[in-house]
Amino acid sequence: MTAEATTSEIGDEGAVAVPAAVGKVVSPARLTWWKFRRHRLAVASLVFLIAAYLVTLFASFVSPSSPSTRSRYLYAPPQSVHLFDKDGTFRGPFVYGYRMSRDPKTMRLVYADDPSRIFPLALFVRGETHEVLGLFETDLHLFGAPGGYVFLAGTDAFGRDMLSRLLHGAQISLSVGMISVLLSLVLGLLIGGVSGLFGGRIDTVIQRIIEAIIAIPTIPLWLGLAAAVPRDWPPVYQYFAILLVLSLVSWTSTARVARGRFLALREQDFVTAARVYGAGWFRIIARHLVPNLMSYVIVTLTLAIPGIIIGETALSFLGVGLKPPTVSWGVLLQEAQKIQTITFYPWLWIGPAACVVSIVLAFNFLGDGARDAADPFSR
Amino acid sequence: MLAYLMHRSLQMVATVFIISVIAFLVIQLPPGDFVNSYLATLSGGDQITQDAVEALRAQFGLDDNLLVQYWRWISNLLMGNFGISFQYQRTVLDLLEERLPLTLAITIPTALFVYALAVPIGIYSAVRQYSVLDYTFTFVGFIGLAIPNFLMAILLIYVNSTYFGGNVAGLFSPEYELAPWSVGRVLDMLSNLSLAILIIGLGGTAATMRVMRGMLLDELSQAYVETARAKGLPEWKLILKYPVRVAISPVLSTIGFTLPHLVSGTEITATVLNLPTTGPLLLNAVRSQDMFLAASIIFILSVLTVIGTFLSDLLLVWADPRIRL
Repeated sequence: MTAEATTSEIGDEGAVAVPAAVGKVVSPARLTWWKFRRHRLAVASLVFLIAAYLVTLFASFVSPSSPSTRSRYLYAPPQSVHLFDKDGTFRGPFVYGYRMSRDPKTMRLVYADDPSRIFPLALFVRGETHEVLGLFETDLHLFGAPGGYVFLAGTDAFGRDMLSRLLHGAQISLSVGMISVLLSLVLGLLIGGVSGLFGGRIDTVIQRIIEAIIAIPTIPLWLGLAAAVPRDWPPVYQYFAILLVLSLVSWTSTARVARGRFLALREQDFVTAARVYGAGWFRIIARHLVPNLMSYVIVTLTLAIPGIIIGETALSFLGVGLKPPTVSWGVLLQEAQKIQTITFYPWLWIGPAACVVSIVLAFNFLGDGARDAADPFSR
Repeated sequence: MLAYLMHRSLQMVATVFIISVIAFLVIQLPPGDFVNSYLATLSGGDQITQDAVEALRAQFGLDDNLLVQYWRWISNLLMGNFGISFQYQRTVLDLLEERLPLTLAITIPTALFVYALAVPIGIYSAVRQYSVLDYTFTFVGFIGLAIPNFLMAILLIYVNSTYFGGNVAGLFSPEYELAPWSVGRVLDMLSNLSLAILIIGLGGTAATMRVMRGMLLDELSQAYVETARAKGLPEWKLILKYPVRVAISPVLSTIGFTLPHLVSGTEITATVLNLPTTGPLLLNAVRSQDMFLAASIIFILSVLTVIGTFLSDLLLVWADPRIRL
């Protein structure tokens, strides 16, 4: 690592001023955290993302039913939660049952609230058995309507609960971003490192390849690569194949950053010092260089995750990514390929769309804050 | 200038070569070769003798090694022979001639639209930093970046059909669909295209606007700006004449990143809005593993992107002599 910062240095820079730390040696990591903390939107986004990932981890517990359970209520709109009934009496949180009828002209199902049927909502209700984290089975759910039904995000063409499908879809959509980004981290560090450390002809060739990949419009390239995934593969294989396709494009930004940092760092005095002490290149890379460029790489990765999530969503939406019965936000959005669905059953696409946009927005804010904080000694 | 031109052209040739290798990989990647896909489209369940399969393989040279196959593919490509689409039973060139013009007719105006909008907004945001409008633009920009093109298109279809009762999908409105060319039909097409341009341009504008703002903010804090101000130059004249001119060229040079994004956006938006660009064609090709068509589209789109970047780079060098190193 670089020399540790002391408080006197902080005072000189005037970047961060935290009185509690006077007289102590402050690590760069702590400085980074202080700087990051000042970016309120980024902190809020971080909290939101942690909450989202936690909910996703326990999706089967949070959702009222399994993503494949069908009901007799097809294309039912979202129920709204009420506290007072039609007469103004306080009832606690509850939903109204549906009153189903058929539009005589269009033959579509039309739903209205049925004031005579009130289903009170309760926490920790018993329902379908499900597996939590693949560890144990339970029939406990976070909430539900005992003796009735609850569809807070509406239902789809098969009467399946959209909320449960959204939560289970998050498991795929959010993990795609994470794992794919880890893959591009490994690829990017390796290739960018080789490019930056060895330089010369290897560097030129790698740089040309990266430029070429950047020049190719991503969606068409992803489409072409996704075509190679055999359709009869089991869902798990398809999932990893799509992961691979997405990271094959996104490693380039990491590689560029890694190369730039390697080029700058290898001329630094502490690297020369380490060499003079007789450290091997491998040790220098692992102990001195990689920790120094990690902050930059983390920022690039944070900013790469939204692109990957959008990529998966777009591919699945177009029908060349993941396919049902796998549930992801993109798979859910496939419904929005039909104009009728877009206009008549908007909850089928507004839900997944809102999920994608809010997660992407949060990652963008987080990346923005992380970029400012990545260099704790700058202003 | 000539040296730069030579250097840059060589670089472009290298990039195009690598792109061609990647496009060739796209053809090779799907399991089974295209004789299988060809037979699948032809036979419809009929038995085809092993001899016939072998004959077809030999005819297309599929038993040669990859290098030979690549060489044959690329030399044909360079002579304008893009191969045959099995699905459409037409030459790929034919299909491209039909679809490519509309892709360009959307992407090029979008690029102009992005810079025409993003640069003034970026300038305003930098000069009036932390003003209400600056925050508004920043906010709208972040939202614009977070909404993928196809979701934006879906949203517009929804808003339009729910509140205005109109139909935005397709190149023409129903009443002009089969009508002969007329002024009304052209206007109708333009209004549908402008919607696509708006959708695709939003994300690009948001990104470019941020870059412009950042670059100009860096310049505005320089000492020469202070000097000019001290000498009594009118504020807007000063800003437009010096810092903006410095800040704008790195912004315009981001076109190398922007253009692929715009092409990408055009293709997916066109698929949602059902516009006859190469986008829906590519999607169909990919779905039915019509790989010659798919690879040709990817190759052509990428090469056009590279050429677009090259041309804009040349313009930039011509306008800003400092780049010519």
